[in-house]
Parts: sequence; structure tokens; C-alpha cells
Amino acid sequence: MTGSPGREQVSRVLQQHGALMVLAALVVVGSVAFDSFATAGNAASVLVSSSFTAIIAIGMTFVIISGGIDLSVGSLFVFGGVLAAYGSQYGLFVALVLPLAACGLVGLLQGLLIARTGMAPFIVTLAGLLGVRGLMLAISNEGATTYLVKDSAFARLGQGGVFGLTWPVYITALLAVAAMVLLQRTAFGQNVYAVGGNEPGAALMGVPVARTKVYVYLMSGLLAGLAGVLNAARLSSGVTILGIGLELDVIAAVVIGGTLLTGGAGGITGTIAGVLLLGVIQSLINQVGNLTSAFQQVVSGLFLALVVVAQRLLGRAQRLG
Amino acid sequence: MSQSVAPVLEARQISKRFPGVVALDGVSIALLPGEVHALVGENGAGKSTLIKVFTGVHRPDGGELIYNGSPVAFGTPLDAQRAGISTIYQEVNLVPMMSVARNLMLGREPRGRLGVIDTARMYGEAERILAGYGVVTDVRRPLRTLGMGVQQMVALARAVAIDARVVIMDEPTSSLEPREVETLFSVIRKLRDDGIAVVYVSHRLDELYEVCDRVTVLRDGRVAHTGPLAELERLKLIALMLGRDLDEVRTGGLTRFSRDRRHARERDGAAPAVRAEGLTRRQVLRGVDVAVWPGEVVGLGGLLGAGRSETAKGIVGALPLDAGRVLVGGLPLRTGSTTAAIRAGVSLLPEDRKAEGIIPALSVRENIALAALPSLSRAGVVSDAKIDKVVEVFMRRLRIKAASPHQPVQELSGGNQQKVLLARWLAIRPKILLLDEPTRGIDVGAKAEVQALVDELAEEGLGVLLISSDLEELVEGADRILVLREGAVVGELSGDDVTEDKIMASIAERGAESDG
Ligand SMILES: Nc1ncnc2c1ncn2[C@@H]1O[C@H](COP(=O)(O)OP(=O)(O)OP(=O)(O)O)[C@@H](O)[C@H]1O
Ligand SMILES: [Mg+2]
Repeated sequence: MTGSPGREQVSRVLQQHGALMVLAALVVVGSVAFDSFATAGNAASVLVSSSFTAIIAIGMTFVIISGGIDLSVGSLFVFGGVLAAYGSQYGLFVALVLPLAACGLVGLLQGLLIARTGMAPFIVTLAGLLGVRGLMLAISNEGATTYLVKDSAFARLGQGGVFGLTWPVYITALLAVAAMVLLQRTAFGQNVYAVGGNEPGAALMGVPVARTKVYVYLMSGLLAGLAGVLNAARLSSGVTILGIGLELDVIAAVVIGGTLLTGGAGGITGTIAGVLLLGVIQSLINQVGNLTSAFQQVVSGLFLALVVVAQRLLGRAQRLG
Repeated sequence: MSQSVAPVLEARQISKRFPGVVALDGVSIALLPGEVHALVGENGAGKSTLIKVFTGVHRPDGGELIYNGSPVAFGTPLDAQRAGISTIYQEVNLVPMMSVARNLMLGREPRGRLGVIDTARMYGEAERILAGYGVVTDVRRPLRTLGMGVQQMVALARAVAIDARVVIMDEPTSSLEPREVETLFSVIRKLRDDGIAVVYVSHRLDELYEVCDRVTVLRDGRVAHTGPLAELERLKLIALMLGRDLDEVRTGGLTRFSRDRRHARERDGAAPAVRAEGLTRRQVLRGVDVAVWPGEVVGLGGLLGAGRSETAKGIVGALPLDAGRVLVGGLPLRTGSTTAAIRAGVSLLPEDRKAEGIIPALSVRENIALAALPSLSRAGVVSDAKIDKVVEVFMRRLRIKAASPHQPVQELSGGNQQKVLLARWLAIRPKILLLDEPTRGIDVGAKAEVQALVDELAEEGLGVLLISSDLEELVEGADRILVLREGAVVGELSGDDVTEDKIMASIAERGAESDG
């Protein structure tokens, strides 16, 4: 009827899998250029260091598709880590449940505020970012106290593993698959797309808009907390100075992965590709050697700008198509 | 349909106020099982507001709702839907970026193992349901890639598929072609025979008489009349809607003013204002030739998906073309550039106003003046007085019902929003104006006024390309009609041949060959 499926499909595929293609290209280039790039060790280190960002990015993908944003995840990541390390003196169970409960609660509160009062997600989660960071500074005496992980079972969660990869990588993979199913194959996932795509319309179609939003922020809070927990287990301590600006890296990865910042479209595969892309860029820059990590941020920034421009162009092509 | 049947849904003395307006003022209406109830009234009379009160979108300020014999108050549209009230709202309310199937099935996707959505079954079911409405399309495509008419059919299929006792349709046919309207009517009749109460809102009076049993007329938020429709003469119905005397309506020129068709006058020798040659776009347009001379109104006829909107979009560069060119005043236009088209004096009132036109949060005044700003300013300085004048004229002539020119457009009724957009395009005074469904959602009174305005512009030498799914409007408004089918011009009617029958025949005749 209208539009030409060919062109439209090309732009849709590019939108959804662009990050994956660039990732593949970079891996090929890296393998050719650097002997030490395409080694199992390097691959493992990229995967391990990306897994924490990836877990947070999964939650962020839901938030952004629903048309929102969650700036509090960086703070919650640190908060979760500190609480986990603190809780580990009471055993594995407390080390897991305490941070998840606390971070989930923050996510829930943010969700309720956004969904029930109609406050802007940006403002609510910015308040969350500041508030949680303050809380974290308070329990760590302005960062002076570092809680060390006391429980060895808990530490193993972050450091142990099989086949050269640590548990967090496997946990991330499991979460990613679960999130894909949740997003594509459940009513909740469909509601997330509907709310982000046309909120007033979704309400008229009978979508429980408020509930969907609450769940989305709850989930994002929980996942940020979980990433913090795993990171604490990996480092055997709850470091307080990490995670500043992490929310921006996560948002960048999600957007690079093809999820529209305006909501309504996107997916988990793209997000994972986006996270790995940033990880690989970092690794490549390390290979070059004499470049500082500041350079990595410049490259990531350029990438982000490129992706956003490409999205606009593709979006226009699809509309016109 | 005896009156002794207990109503399914009843409103008693409902009132609803918005800042500055009383939208509903003590409205009572009873919907009986197995009846099709027409709800009519001018733009802004309160029809959509009443519907939204029924379905829990708005909370009434006074009065009560009775459903199945007991008082109810739905908190959200979802509650109303669960209770068995299914609604198609005035603006097609679906999610443009989601696929057709996911829109259709949202909230009741078929589940497979582990309670996970069974996508294969979902696509299959969506295809089957839509085929029942004569819509054949790839249900995996994003909804927004389809035309408004198809989107409206999806919304319809969605509403009817929900197991309901009351089905409410707020202008379901505004983007539909005669054939689709027929499909809709057979659906409505089936609902009625199943004992479902149907509420039908439309500004197309013919449709009301064809499918409705009773009518309730709203005027300024009050019930002006309610009763069997068949007994009510058409002019009387209009008189009730407008609140005028029957005699006044009969003589007042509100009814069809017959216009002299310009028989291609002054055409000899003169160059057309715009000429499109061989517009081609894979699967959409197959070499369309259109020429519009200054002072001429050319209508485009054809079924949904025939390529009418696409032709218009192709001319203004809003649709990338594979081949073909557009000449304005004899000079070729850079294709694929809307800016070039606007600069050359070609503007298009797009079909999808919501996505491409209206700026909801801006005021009526700003929305009207937006596109005309260049012509209303000198050296970049905008003349407020000039804008006020233009806005005032259009608000009066099109009878735009707003609390003031400064009211945000989103607070206006659907039809009044349409009028605002129409005013914006009419205010530009380009050389060539392409109007895609200009009177969609506009009430009978204002429709005649729109025709008169378009006519005036044509008199002044403007070339107009008119697309309308309302055949009556095409016949009355156009000097000449091109009939499109499957992306190609298959017929041209001019002079006395411009009649509804001839258009239908032209569409059908060619259709018989390719379409079983
Ligand atoms: N959200 C709102 N805020 C303020 N005023 C509103 C709002 N919604 C509707 N109104 C006003 O209520 C009145 C009735 O509007 P309504 O949408 O019910 O009209 P309608 O009969 O459906 O007209 P149409 O034929 O144009 O669809 C109008 O004057 C409109 O401006
Ligand atoms: Mg309305």
C-alpha cells in the first residue's frame, strides 16, 4: 500500500542492528591490527568489565522505551555495592537481600512519583541520584569508610566462574535473555512499548499506564542494585567513589544500541551490542597503548553523536517511506 | 426496538465543565440493546466529551451513569472496557511505532507455553481478523507505515473484537472510502443483531440515515432532540444541530450551492500551475500524470491505497520518488525536497494531521499563523495586527469554537482542531494548494463554508488539488476529477460527467479486471 518495504526494512534493520554491525566490524579490525586483541584473555576481560554496565543498561532500556529516563542508576550502583559489602558481614543472604531491597525501594518510590504525580522522570531521578549519593556518603563517612567483603561465598559470586568467565558474565547473559522475553513476549513488554509510543493512546487502549511505569523504574532500580552487588563481590569491597557519571555511559550504550531516546522503540539485543561496542572501543584504545582513557570518552562521545544523527535520518526515511 | 426494553447504558443529567466552557449541561441519554444510536451535533457540541464520560476518561461534575441497571463510575478506560464498553475514540488511538498485529492484539495477545506470547499465532490471528475487514497487509509492519484509512480499520477491528455489550464509535469513517464504510456498516448491523448497543458519531448525514435507528442531537452541551431517525427529515436534523429554524436552513444557502464547473476555461495556451509527470514509486505509484491549471479545482478519486495521498506527497517532495518530475509554472522542481516545493508556492494539507500538522500545546492563533508568518511579516518583523486580522477572519468564517484565540489547540474538540489546521493552510495563500481530506471531522455547517473558501481561492487563480473520501464533496467541489487505481490514473471526468455514480463506475469498472 504505502511505502516501499525494501527501503523501509533496510532502515529498520540498520536502526535495530547498526550497533551490532559496527561491533562486528570493530572486532575484525581490532583482530587484524593487534595481535593481542583477539585473544581469549582480552575477550574475557571485555566481557567481564562490560557485564556490570550491561545489567544496568537492561533496566535502562525498559525505562527509555517507556518514554522515561533514569539518572539514579549510577548512585544506586554504588549504593548497592556499599550495602552489599556492609551486609556481607552477616552472610551471603543479607549481602544480597539488603542492597536489592534498598535499591528496589528507591526505584519503586521514583516510579510512584513519576507515574502517580506526573512529575518529569528527569527531575525525579535526578533527585534520586543526589539523594542516594548523599545517603551513601553518610553511611561511608564521606567515603572514608570502605566496607570490605567479609563473606567468602559472596566474594566467589563476583570472582569465581567457569570457562574463563566469571559468574557476573553468565548472570548478565541470563538476565539479557529473560529481559528479551519479557519485552517481546509478555503483555508487560508490550505495554512498555505502547506507553512510550503513545501514552494517551495507550491509556485509551486500556493499558495500565501508571502500573507499567512503576514496574519499569522498580526494575531499573533493582538491576542497578544487582550490578552494584556483583561489582562489590568482584572487588571484595564496596568502593564509594565509583559510579559517578555511570548513568550517562549506560544511557549512551542504550541509545547507541538503537533504542529511541523519545521512547516507543528499541530492544535488548541492541543495548547489549551498544555496551559491548563501548567496551571494545575501550579495549582497542588500551591496545594502542599511549592513549589515555580520556580518549575513550572522546571516541564514545563521537559515536553517540553519530548514532543520534543516524537515528534521525533513519527515522525520517522510515516516515517518508 | 420497543421502548420498554431496559437500557444497557444510561446517562442521567450529566454535566461536565472545562475551564471556560460547559461541555455538557444536564445530558440524559439511554442506549438500548440492539439499537444503533446516532449522536450528532456541531463541532464542539459535546459528543466526544459525553463518550469520554461514559468510558471513564472524564469524571462528570454532576449526574450519574447507569450500566445494566445499576449506577457505575468507571475510573479508567480500562475499567469501562473490562465492563463491556468498547470504544473507538475520535483520534485514531493506536501506537504508530508498534506493528499492526501488536496494536490489534494489545492486551489480549494469544499465549503459548509458559504464558509467553505466541507470536506466530498472534500474527496469524491478526491477519485473519483484518482479512474479515477487507484489509490485507503485512501485519508485522509498523502501523505508521499504513494510511489513515487502514489505521482506522485496525482501530475498528480492535474495538469490535473485544467482547462488548456497548460499542461506541466516534467518527469511525472519517478516513474511510465508500467500500470500507460498507464493511463497517455490515459490522455494525451484525453487532445490532447480536443485541449490542452501538453509538455512532458522524458528520456524514447519509451514513446516519443508512445505519442508525435513533438519534440524539447535542447542541452546546444540551440534548436538543432525541427520537427515531427515520421520522426526522434531513433538513430538520440540520436545523436541530445548528439551532436554527427549518425555513431558515431551507433557504439559507446552507444546502448545496451549485457551482459552475469551469470547463477548462482559459486553459488553451496557458501553462498549468503545476504539472506532475510520471510520478513513480515502487509499489505505490506507477507513473501518475496530474496537471492543475490556475483557478481550477481538481479532485482525486479512488479507493484506499489507490495512491491519492501519495500523489500529493510526491508532488510536494514528501515522498521520495523513483522516477517522474514536477513542473511548477513550467519550471522543474527539485524532487524530494519539501522546502523547494514550499518556496515554489506548493503546499500540502497532509492527511495525518496529528503526526504532521497540529502543535497541540500552542494556541489557536499561533497554530493558524505558523505557516503564513513569512507573508505576514516584513523584513522578519511580524505584524501582530495582521495576524490578529487573519486569525479573526478564519475563526469566524470556519466557526472555530474556542474560548479565545489564545486557547491551546489540544483543548479544542476534534473538528475544531481540524478547522484550525485547515485555516493554517488556507492562510498561506500559495500558488498551488493540495488538500488531503480537508473537511474530515468538520460539521455540515462549516463544510459548506470550507467549500466556499476553497472556491474563493480558486477564483483568485489558485490551483487546488482536492482529495476526499467523501464523494459528495468531490463532486461538489471539483471542476475535474482524476480517478486513481493502484497507483495509476485510470479515468478522467469533467463537466457533466462529474457525478458520484460516474466516479463509482469508473473505480469499479477498472477494478473488475484486476481485483476479483
Ligand atoms: N480537555 C479539554 N479542555 C478544555 N476544554 C475542552 C477539553 N475537551 C473538550 N473541551 C471543550 O468541550 C467542548 C466540547 O468538546 P467535544 O470534544 O465534546 O466536542 P464534539 O462534539 O466531540 O465536537 P467534534 O465534532 O468537533 O468532535 C468544546 O468546546 C471543547 O473546546
Ligand atoms: Mg468529537
